[in-house]
Amino acid sequence: MKKEEIPQDKSALEKYTRDLLYVKNSDGKYTTALSTGWEVKKVALDNAWEDINERVKEAALAVKNGEKSPILYFMELKLMDLQILSAYTGFWQFTIKRHMKPSVFAGLSDEKLNKYAKVFDITINELKNFKG
Amino acid sequence: MEKLFKHIQAAHCENGVATSLLRYHGMDFITEPLVFGIGSGIFYIHIPFLMVNGAPAVSYRTMPGFIFSRAAKLLGLSVTRKKFSSEERAKFFLDQKVKEGVPVGCQVGVYNLPYFPPEYRFHFNAHNLIVFGKEGKDYLVSDPVMEGFNKLSEEDMIKVRFAKGPFAPKGHVYFPENIKPVNETIIKKAIAKGIKRASRDMLYVPGPIAGISGINYTAKHIRKWREKLGPKKAALYLGQIVRMQEEIGTGGGGFRFIYAAFLEEATNYINNDKLLKISDEFTKAGDLWRTSAVQMGRIYKGRLNEQKYYEECADMLNEIAAIEKEAFKELHKLKLD
Repeated sequence: MKKEEIPQDKSALEKYTRDLLYVKNSDGKYTTALSTGWEVKKVALDNAWEDINERVKEAALAVKNGEKSPILYFMELKLMDLQILSAYTGFWQFTIKRHMKPSVFAGLSDEKLNKYAKVFDITINELKNFKG
Repeated sequence: MEKLFKHIQAAHCENGVATSLLRYHGMDFITEPLVFGIGSGIFYIHIPFLMVNGAPAVSYRTMPGFIFSRAAKLLGLSVTRKKFSSEERAKFFLDQKVKEGVPVGCQVGVYNLPYFPPEYRFHFNAHNLIVFGKEGKDYLVSDPVMEGFNKLSEEDMIKVRFAKGPFAPKGHVYFPENIKPVNETIIKKAIAKGIKRASRDMLYVPGPIAGISGINYTAKHIRKWREKLGPKKAALYLGQIVRMQEEIGTGGGGFRFIYAAFLEEATNYINNDKLLKISDEFTKAGDLWRTSAVQMGRIYKGRLNEQKYYEECADMLNEIAAIEKEAFKELHKLKLD
C-alpha cells in the first residue's frame, strides 16, 4: 500500500487512537503512517456488535418468557460465552447451563448468586430481579 | 539514575513491547520490522475448533509470546517471564520492578482496559503493554497500539492482568535480561535465521490448517459457508476474518507489509538484491489481503449475496497463498551468510 492510499475513514478509534500502518513512500521505501480507520473494518466491527445486540435481545426475551434464567442474559450482555463465564466463576460449563434453567436458578444460594453477580459487576438483586 | 522511557507506537502490540524494551536497553538499531522478522512473526493458522465470538479463529502471525522470545534468543539475550496464581504476589512483583526502575511487558485482557475504544473491548486476552512507572496509585503505561502514554489504576491493572478465558494472562510479566552489545555479524545471522525459520514454517509445517496450506484451507471453507451456514452466519464469519485481519494491534494485510518492510530493512545488513524483489512480493500479498477484505466487506455489508461472490473471495485467498508460497520458496533457498 502506498502512503497516499491510506484510508482515513471515521471509526471507533476516534478520540482514542489511530492505527499505525507500514506503507510505501513516494521513493518506494517503507515508512509508517497513521490512519483514523477503514470503512471495511468498521462495518465488520459494527456487524459483530449488531450480532451481539441481537443475542442480548433474544436472551432478554427468553428470560421474559420464562425459558431461561437471567444468567444467560448477563452472560450475553458481558460478551461472554460458557467457556469464559466458567473460567471467571469457577463453575463447570454444564453447571452453568443448569443454572440457566429458571427452576434451578430460583433455588440457587446467595453464595452462588454472588459469584455470578460479582463477575457480571452487578448486585445480587439486579441479577435476581431481571425480568427481561 | 532513572532513564527516560520513550513511547513507541507500533502496528502490533507484541512487536511494539519488544521494540520499546530493547531500545530502552540501548539496542538503538531495533525497529518493529526487525523484531517481527528476526522473531519469525509472520504466519497463518486457521483453528477450526477454536471459536471466537461465535465465529472461527484465524491468525496471521505466530503464537503470542514467540516473537519476542525468538528475537531475543537470536540477539543473545534472554526474556524472563513470570506468571502468578495469586493476585497479591503478581501486584507485589510488578511494584517491585517499578521501584527498581525496570520497565516490564505485561500480558493483559482488553475487556477491562479503560483507555481502549469501547467497541474494541472484547474478551481478548493476548494484548501486551509496558508498565514503566507509578504515580500515586496509578501505573504509567506505554501501550504500543496507542499514540501516547496512558495510566491504569491498581484495580484495573489487577483486572486486566487476571482476565480469564482463552489465553488467560495469569498476571504474566516479562522483561529482557543479560543484554550484551551486538555487532553487525550477530544481527546479520539473526536476520538470516529469522528468515529461514519463517519460510520453513510457512512452507513445511505439517497438517492442513497452518502455513500456506492454512490459507487454502480457509479458502476451501469459505466456498462452503454460504450453503452450510446460511447467508447470514456466513457473512458474519467473513466479517470475523476481516476483523482478525485488520483489527487494531493485529493485521493480516498489515503483517505482510511489516514483513515486506523487514526484508527491505534487511538489505542494510545483508547484501542481496533478491531481498528487495521478494519484499515487493509481500507488498503485493498485503495489498491482495486488503482487496480480499474489501470483497468480503461487500458481502457482509449485504450488497452481494450470491455464491459466486464467496467463490471470488476464496479465489483471492488461493491467489495470495500462491504468491506467498513462491516468495517463501525464494527466501528458503537464498544464501544469506
